[in-house]
Amino acid sequence: MIPLSHYLILGAIMFSLSVVGIFLNRKNVVILLMAIELLLLAVNINFVAFSHYLQDPAGQVFVFFILTVAAAESAIGLAILIVLFRNRRSINVEDLGSLKG
Amino acid sequence: MTFTQIAFYFFGAVMVFAASMVITIRNPVKSALFLVLAFFSAACVWITLEAEFLAIVLVLVYVGAVMVLFLFVVMMLDINLARLREGFGEYLPIGGLVAVLMMIEMTVVLSADDFSAGNLPRPEGHGPEYSNTRELGALLYTFYVYPFQIAAIILLVAIIAAIALTLRKRPDTKYQDPHRQVSVKKEDRLRIVKMSAAVRRRENQ
Repeated sequence: MIPLSHYLILGAIMFSLSVVGIFLNRKNVVILLMAIELLLLAVNINFVAFSHYLQDPAGQVFVFFILTVAAAESAIGLAILIVLFRNRRSINVEDLGSLKG
Repeated sequence: MTFTQIAFYFFGAVMVFAASMVITIRNPVKSALFLVLAFFSAACVWITLEAEFLAIVLVLVYVGAVMVLFLFVVMMLDINLARLREGFGEYLPIGGLVAVLMMIEMTVVLSADDFSAGNLPRPEGHGPEYSNTRELGALLYTFYVYPFQIAAIILLVAIIAAIALTLRKRPDTKYQDPHRQVSVKKEDRLRIVKMSAAVRRRENQ
């Protein structure tokens, strides 16, 4: 029998790996977007695990909504990336300082 | 070990391996393919949690649509990989430290007695007549109907935003304008020239 903590620790490992990914690939916007997808996946694992162990399907409904928002986010993110590449011929984060923030 | 346990640990290990390959591999195309593997193993892990509907949705929506979009974009952009990999290991020590600390903290918290098998036992599995999709649908279309519609609007906004961002007008391409084609008048195209009739004589007569 698998205790709930094993699922939660699996989610924690995935979360930490995506944080490392954001640190490592901080110049490549595509990999950054992929790391964000992994981060949301780690959160979803926790939601589904709690939903099963507490016998409450509301957790799965929330995973459904998170998937919707994540799909919309990646679609808009990739569209922005394409516009960026069309204007700058680069997706390096260091070339994107025109807002001087 | 039961079959569920073997499946969970196997797919969990595959998922962690795939996630670490996503963040370390050099080629973005391979990284996207490893992300597909990670999502697929996550779907298998969710099936061990009896979330069949979400597992199928993850495979259909993510592996089928979002990852294809990622691959499409990655292959379309002509990226200079060498520049993007500059300073790759520079932040590895601090990033690794943060991640290891975070993982240790979370593991300590999550290994607490509250989440142990004795305190929160795994519920009995449902019988073969149980339908996860039916249960979720009953909840989604009654109690969560307004959030469901907001989710639909979010997707609509995403569609419009993606199209509006990437649409560009090209003045030099030739195209037909049906509105101008059907609304054309006779006067715009046809010119009637009046001229007096003249008889042309042959020279040998």
